[in-house]
Amino acid sequence: MNATPEQTPVLEIQGLTKYFGGLRAVNDFNLTLHEGDLAGLIGPNGAGKTTIFNQITGIYLPTKGSIKFYGVDIVGFEPHEITRAGIGRTFQNIRLFSNLTVLDNLRIAFHAQSGYSLFDGIAATPKYQKREKEIIENAQELLDIMKLSRVQNEIAKNLPYGEQRRVEIARALACGPRLLLLDEPAAGMNPKEITQLMELIHFIRDKFKLTVLLIEHQMRLVMGICEHITVIDFGEVIARGTPKEIQNNPKVIEAYLGKGA
Amino acid sequence: MNLSILLSLVKIIVVIAYLYGLFWVMGVKVRPVVIGGKKVDFSLAINVLGVVVAFFIIQLGLTNIGGFQLLNNFDSGLLFQACTMTMVALGLNLIYGYNGQFSLGQWGFYGIGAYAAADITYRWTNGDASGLVVLGTGVILAGIAIWLVGKFTSNLRRMPVLSSFTLYLLGSLIAAFIAIQLGKLLSPAINPLLGTNLAPGPLAQGVWLQVVFFLSVIFAGIFAAEISFLFGLPVLSLGSDYFGIATLGFTIVVYTLMVNSDTILPFPEMRGGRGMIGIPKLTTWFWAFFFMIAVIVAMRDLLHSSHGRSILSVREDEVAARSMGIDVAGTKLMAFVIGSLFAGLGGGVYAHYIGFLSPGAFDFLIGFNPMIIIVFGGLGSMTGTITASFGWIFFLEGMLREVLGKISPEAPSWRYVLYPLTLLLLMLIRPQGLLGNTEWGFLKLPTVPFKNTADEGENA
Repeated sequence: MNATPEQTPVLEIQGLTKYFGGLRAVNDFNLTLHEGDLAGLIGPNGAGKTTIFNQITGIYLPTKGSIKFYGVDIVGFEPHEITRAGIGRTFQNIRLFSNLTVLDNLRIAFHAQSGYSLFDGIAATPKYQKREKEIIENAQELLDIMKLSRVQNEIAKNLPYGEQRRVEIARALACGPRLLLLDEPAAGMNPKEITQLMELIHFIRDKFKLTVLLIEHQMRLVMGICEHITVIDFGEVIARGTPKEIQNNPKVIEAYLGKGA
Repeated sequence: MNLSILLSLVKIIVVIAYLYGLFWVMGVKVRPVVIGGKKVDFSLAINVLGVVVAFFIIQLGLTNIGGFQLLNNFDSGLLFQACTMTMVALGLNLIYGYNGQFSLGQWGFYGIGAYAAADITYRWTNGDASGLVVLGTGVILAGIAIWLVGKFTSNLRRMPVLSSFTLYLLGSLIAAFIAIQLGKLLSPAINPLLGTNLAPGPLAQGVWLQVVFFLSVIFAGIFAAEISFLFGLPVLSLGSDYFGIATLGFTIVVYTLMVNSDTILPFPEMRGGRGMIGIPKLTTWFWAFFFMIAVIVAMRDLLHSSHGRSILSVREDEVAARSMGIDVAGTKLMAFVIGSLFAGLGGGVYAHYIGFLSPGAFDFLIGFNPMIIIVFGGLGSMTGTITASFGWIFFLEGMLREVLGKISPEAPSWRYVLYPLTLLLLMLIRPQGLLGNTEWGFLKLPTVPFKNTADEGENA
């Protein structure tokens, strides 16, 4: 799975900078991900991690810098175009379509691949019926993999927290991504759920041949599954390396625990 | 007096039961029957037959058989009003209830549809084909222009919304100009076939007149939809509350144009604030029922498709929808345009039922009615909207007017006191609307059965 120099990187971020008014949220951020990487992005609260995610997914427009996805510069793409290009994401505070069923949550994510027009839908043409059947089958297959089949007809907001997280990951997978961005997937989970989540992330990475970038505060999860970690503080990269190198890096310890710790 | 209260109540109950039966029969599914080794599914045939029977039940009531007519003109008027109100309210529910965009512009599009359709048939029956020719070619050309501009701009990323709006507007104006020229060119050729109001020619009576009426309603609907596209494109990019204010402004603009239609607009036949008279009363129960069922079926199918789910997702969470690959701006515009199309169709049907259009009927205060109806029936419930439309007309215009009218001639005005009080009470008792999320028969989304898996008891 390790990258050879000839391969186009999945994601190549260069000189990414974002200002909110006079506030510099991210400064000259660089990151390269290769096919099959499972990378982590960590840093104290307010370090700019989610801002980076929001720029990759097009919710914020970068002030400066380039983001290349499989060699294509995606800066300036609309968020839905970026998703359709193959970047799926989850959110820090779960953003499910909370009044809809779990199955509908997934079916919405299949919309970009639905492949039939508005007219097909209104006239209920055979094409519509065939595609709808396929969408349901695909969605159910995904729910099956995520062990959510049992709750497919439940309203999303009524599910326990851990399951909502899994639904969100399933929904991101339904978009057919090649790069998956997970924003604090373990937030609010108990140790047992975190262990399950770690297995799940490994499993989906291999099953769907994904590249995964995750933001996380749970050090056990980050150190346990990430092969490569980038640490940022105040919008700047302060360390890069394997979990072991990061754990022993004095700058990282200082950022997390303060000077003199 | 007690008897008339009872009778009005019975009418409301019968109407609601009728609707329940209609949606039940439209949604009936039967097991395929094996005939000659072939499986034949009769479900659709039964559904269609059910609709036809439902149509004839009312038609029979409206027919005068040997001097006896079950439903008098007052009742049939209520029915027609309820059908148009259903179309308008369903459109608004699509925009507000399903897509979450608070719009007060529905009444404006309703008015546009009414005046546009009325103008076509009015001119047609008075020996002038230009209404049909200009509006018909206009909406088709404008549709093509909008489609072309859309194709052209789809490659340009992050284009400012006002720039693309300018292009769309330019395209539509060019289309309108061509249509007007075509109208000048073509209508003199058709005019001799139309005769005059008193002596209608071959094209101004019988089947041809029905065809023109049908086209006028369709074109009026598309016209309203295209206006809503041009209006919605820049305005939908505003946040939800600002969008509400802007659409309220739209309704007021439309009202003002109606009041001054003979002075600042070149339409002397609309007679401005005095009201447009002499519109041929072409709306029969068949047409009212036909257009209402068409709107109901189209909306139900839309909501059950992937496009409908994308409309719902925008209401639920715009940011998440965007990240799921849904074009949020495009989806909002789609819902707004389709909702306005329904309003325009409703307006066309209304104009030809009432035969007289006064700008007062399109005042923005009355424009709150569909909003009240959808909240009353339940946001995001088609059944709620339809039953509330019928119930509202039969209660407010039927029961209260009839009952209060018996007390004194002035008493019917009290219905605007009684009716808000009813609304207030309902909101206190059932804030989710009369029917909440219930859907009847045909309108119900089929539950997807579980896949056969050995997943039981998983999720430790």
